[in-house]
Amino acid sequence: MATAVGAIAHTEEHSGLWSWLTTVDHKKIGALYGITGFCFFLLAGLEAVMIRTQLAVPNGTVLDADVYNQFFTMHALTMIFLAIMPMGASFFNYFIPLQIGARDVAFPRLNALSYWIFLSGAIILTSSFLFGGAPNGGWFGYTPLTDRQFSTGTGLNFYVVGLLILGTSSLMASLNFAVTIINLRAPGMTMMRLPVYMWMTLVVSFLLILSLPVLTVGLIQLLFDRMFGTNFFIPEQGGDPILWQHLFWIFGHPEVYVLILPSMGIVSEVLPVMSKKPLFGYSAIVFAGAAIGVLGFAVWSHHMFTTGLGPVPQTFFSASTMAIGVPTGIKIFNWLGTMYGGNIRFTTATYFSVGFIALFTIGGISGVMHASPPIDGQHQDSYFVVAHIHYVLFGGAIMGIFSGIFYWFPKMTGRFLDETLGKICFWIMFVAMNVTFFPMHFLGLAGMPRRIYTYDAGLGWDTWNFVATIGAYGIAVGVLVFIVNFFLTMRKPMTATDNPGTAPRLSGPRPRRRRSMTSMSSRRCTTATRSGTCVTTGWRFRRSRSTCTCTCRRPRTTRSSWRWGRRCSVSARSRTSRLPGSALS
Amino acid sequence: MGSSRSGRATIIIASLVAVGILTWAVFSAFAGSANTPQSTFLPASIQTVRVNSLYMLVFILAGIVFFGIMALTLIFSLMYRERPGQVARQFHGNSKLEVVWTLIPVLIVVVMAIPTFSTIHDTAQEPPKDALQVIAIGHQWWFEFQYPELGITTANELHVPVDRAVYITLESKDVIHSFWVPQLSGKIDMMPGHRNHLWFTPTVARPEPYLAQCAEFCGMSHANMRFRVFVDPANDFATWSKGAASDRVAPTSDIAKAGEAQFTAAGCIGCHTVQGNPVAVGKIGPNLTHFASRTTMASAMMDNSPENIRRWLSNPQAVKPGALMPNLHLSPDAIDKLVPYLGGLK
Repeated sequence: MATAVGAIAHTEEHSGLWSWLTTVDHKKIGALYGITGFCFFLLAGLEAVMIRTQLAVPNGTVLDADVYNQFFTMHALTMIFLAIMPMGASFFNYFIPLQIGARDVAFPRLNALSYWIFLSGAIILTSSFLFGGAPNGGWFGYTPLTDRQFSTGTGLNFYVVGLLILGTSSLMASLNFAVTIINLRAPGMTMMRLPVYMWMTLVVSFLLILSLPVLTVGLIQLLFDRMFGTNFFIPEQGGDPILWQHLFWIFGHPEVYVLILPSMGIVSEVLPVMSKKPLFGYSAIVFAGAAIGVLGFAVWSHHMFTTGLGPVPQTFFSASTMAIGVPTGIKIFNWLGTMYGGNIRFTTATYFSVGFIALFTIGGISGVMHASPPIDGQHQDSYFVVAHIHYVLFGGAIMGIFSGIFYWFPKMTGRFLDETLGKICFWIMFVAMNVTFFPMHFLGLAGMPRRIYTYDAGLGWDTWNFVATIGAYGIAVGVLVFIVNFFLTMRKPMTATDNPGTAPRLSGPRPRRRRSMTSMSSRRCTTATRSGTCVTTGWRFRRSRSTCTCTCRRPRTTRSSWRWGRRCSVSARSRTSRLPGSALS
Repeated sequence: MGSSRSGRATIIIASLVAVGILTWAVFSAFAGSANTPQSTFLPASIQTVRVNSLYMLVFILAGIVFFGIMALTLIFSLMYRERPGQVARQFHGNSKLEVVWTLIPVLIVVVMAIPTFSTIHDTAQEPPKDALQVIAIGHQWWFEFQYPELGITTANELHVPVDRAVYITLESKDVIHSFWVPQLSGKIDMMPGHRNHLWFTPTVARPEPYLAQCAEFCGMSHANMRFRVFVDPANDFATWSKGAASDRVAPTSDIAKAGEAQFTAAGCIGCHTVQGNPVAVGKIGPNLTHFASRTTMASAMMDNSPENIRRWLSNPQAVKPGALMPNLHLSPDAIDKLVPYLGGLK
C-alpha cells in the first residue's frame, strides 16, 4: 500500500491541474469519473431532446433519417457506457475504501489507468461525429447491417474500437474493485457485514468481469469482418448474423444489471439512514442481488424471442426471465419494509430513492410482461420496450444516481446541496419523466415500432408523441435546476460534518463481538489536526491502536473548493467501536 | 407512533383512493390506445385472439402489482414521514414476511407462465395442410411477396383469404427485417441465411387493409418500410389471385406505348419485372406487373397516385431517404410518358 500513501504526499505538493492529471487517489479519480460521466449525461440528454423534437409531430423535419439514426445510436451508447457506468464508477471509487475501511483501492495506479483509458475511449467514440458520421446501427449493432457490406462508412469502426477500449477500462476497474472488496476489508468486517452498496458493487464487478470478454470476442470478430475480410457474420459466406446476437446479449443483459444494481445499492443505503432504522432483511437483499446477477447470465435470449428460436429455447428463456422477477420483488418488498415503522426524514435523497421504488417497479412490471414470448411478439422492438428500458434506466438507474449525489455530496465536497432546489429538481424530473415515458407504453401498443425517424399522421400516435416531447423538455429543465444547484452550492462554505447523512449505524446486522472491530471515526482525525475539515482517506487497523491517514482540506477561507491540502497523520487509541459502514459514509 | 389512529386511517384511505384513480386512469389510457389503426389490441386472427387473452390476464396481474406497490409506497411515505415525537422502530427483518413476499412474485409468475408455455406449444404446431403458402422476402426497404402455388409475385400489399391458414416463409435478401402485422400476427424476424416461418388464420375480412410495418431496425429508411395486408372474402381472393397471376395489361394509348419504350430506354427493366414485357425481367426491385392495382407505392409510404409517381421518379431519395433505386435524372418529358404507363399496369 506504499503507492497510495506516496500518492497522497504527491498530491499535497501540486494541487492544481497537474495533480488531477497524475492522481492515483481514489477520491480524486472518483471525482474525475463523476464529472466526466455527468458531462456525457448532458450530451446524451441533448441527443435525446433532439430525437424527441424530431418525433414531436408526424413527418417531422428537424433531423434527417441518417442523422436521426446516428443520434438514437449515440444516445444509447453515451448514456450506457459514458454516463451511467462512469457515474457508478465514481461512487465505487469514492466509497469502496470508506465503506470497507481500506486506505485506497487495491491497485491505485490501475485505477488511474482505467479512468484515462475510459476517457480516451469516450473521446474516440464521440469524435466519430466529426469524422464522417457517428455509428448508426443501433447500440446493439445487429449484423449484417453493421457489417462491411451495409455500413460502408467509418461510423461503425468507431463503435467497434470505442467499445473495445471502454471494455478494457471497465474490465480493469472491475477487477480492481472486486479485489479491493474481497481482500482489503477491515478485520472483523465479514462478507455478511458489508454494507449493501458494497455487495452490489461486488456483484456488478463480477458481472462485468464475466460478460465483457464475450462482447470483446464479438467486437473483434466484427472488426475483422469489417477490416480484414473475414466472414463471421456474413450469411452469403457461411457466417451467421444470429451469432452476433448471442454474443452481444450474453454481454448485453448482464450489462443491464450493471446499470441498475448500483442504484439498488444506493437506495439500500439511503432508505435506512433516512428512516432512522436498520435495513429490513439485509441478507435477503444481498442474496436477491446476487441471484439477479447469476440469473442475469441465463436470460440473454429473451432479447431474441422473435428470431425464430423455436419452442424449447423460448420456454427456457421465458422461465428464467420470469424467475428474475422473484428476487426483484424481494428487493422491492424489503425496501418497503425498511420504510415501515420508520421516522422518515424526507430529504431530496429520500425523494429520489422513493421515486426509484415507484418508477423501477413500473419498469419491472413491463419487464415481466414481455418475458412471455407470445406477448413479446407484440412488444419486441415497439415503443412499449422503449418505455420499459427508460423506466428501468431513467426511473431506476438515474433516479438512484441522483439520490446518491444528494446523499453523498456533503461527504464528497463538504457542502450540502440546496434542499429547496433539490426538491424542485426532483419533482420536475419525476413528473416530466412520467410524462415522457409513460405515453410510450400507449404508443407501443398502438403499433409504433422503435427507431423510426418519422411516422404518418392518422395512426393515433400524434398526441402521445407530442406529450412525450414536452416531457423530454421538462426533464431537461429538471437537470438544469440541478446544475444551478451544483454551482450555487460550490460557492458556499463547507458546513458538512463527518456524518452529514446522520447515519445512525451500520446498515448490516449489529456485530456480536464489537471489540473485534477496531476502527475509528474520521471525527477523531478532525479533533487531532485542527486544520480545517478533515476527510479521512484511510485507516490502518490494529488490535489496540489505530492510525488514521487523512488529507485535510484547507480552511474555509479559500474559494477554490476542490483543492485538497495538507496530509496529516494521526494516531489515536480507538475507544469507540463504530463500524466503517454507512455510518462513516 | 406519532399520528393518531384516525389520522392513519385517513392516510390509508386517501392513498388507496389516489392510487386507485391512478390505476384506473392508466387502464383507460391503455384502452384509448387500443382504438388506433395499427393497434395490437384489435385481434383479427385465431392466433392474435389467443395472444390477446393471455395479454389481458397479464395486464390484470400487472395492474394488481402496480396498485399494490404504488399504494404501499405512498402510504408508508405519508404515514412514517418524520414527526416530532415519533420514534423509528428498530428491527432488522422478519423471516416469515420474507417467505411470504418471496411466494407472492413466485405465484404471480407461475400464473403467468402456465398459459404462456401452453401458447408457445400451440403456436409451434404445424399449420393445416390446406394453408396458403406465401414467401415473404425483406429488402432494404420494401417487402416482396411470392405465392409459389399461384405463380404470383407482388410487393408491399399482401392479399390473403379469410378463414384459411396462411403459412408464411420469411426470408431476407440483405439485412434483418421483421414481419409484423399487429392485428394478425406477432412479429418474427426475417433473417438473412435463415428461413423463419409463421402462420395465422385471419378471421375478419374487410375492405380496409391491416396496417403493418417492419419492426427491426434495418438502416436508413427503416421508418418507411411499411406494408399492408388485405383479408378478402374467399371469392374476392380468387378473383384477385387470377388477376395477379396474369400478364400485364398491354398499353393501348400512344403515350403509354411511348412510356413502355421509355421504361426500356431508361433502364428500369434492369431491376423491375413486368410480366408480359419480354425485356423487363429485373429482379432487384419490386415486381411492377400490376403496379396500378396496388393502393400504395414505395412500400406503403404513400398513396398510389400520378402525382406521387411523378415525385418518386424525379428523385426517389427525396421521397424515401437512402432508397436503393438510383436517381435516373429522368427528363420531365420521360416522366410524362412513364406516369401513364405505370398508371395503366392494372
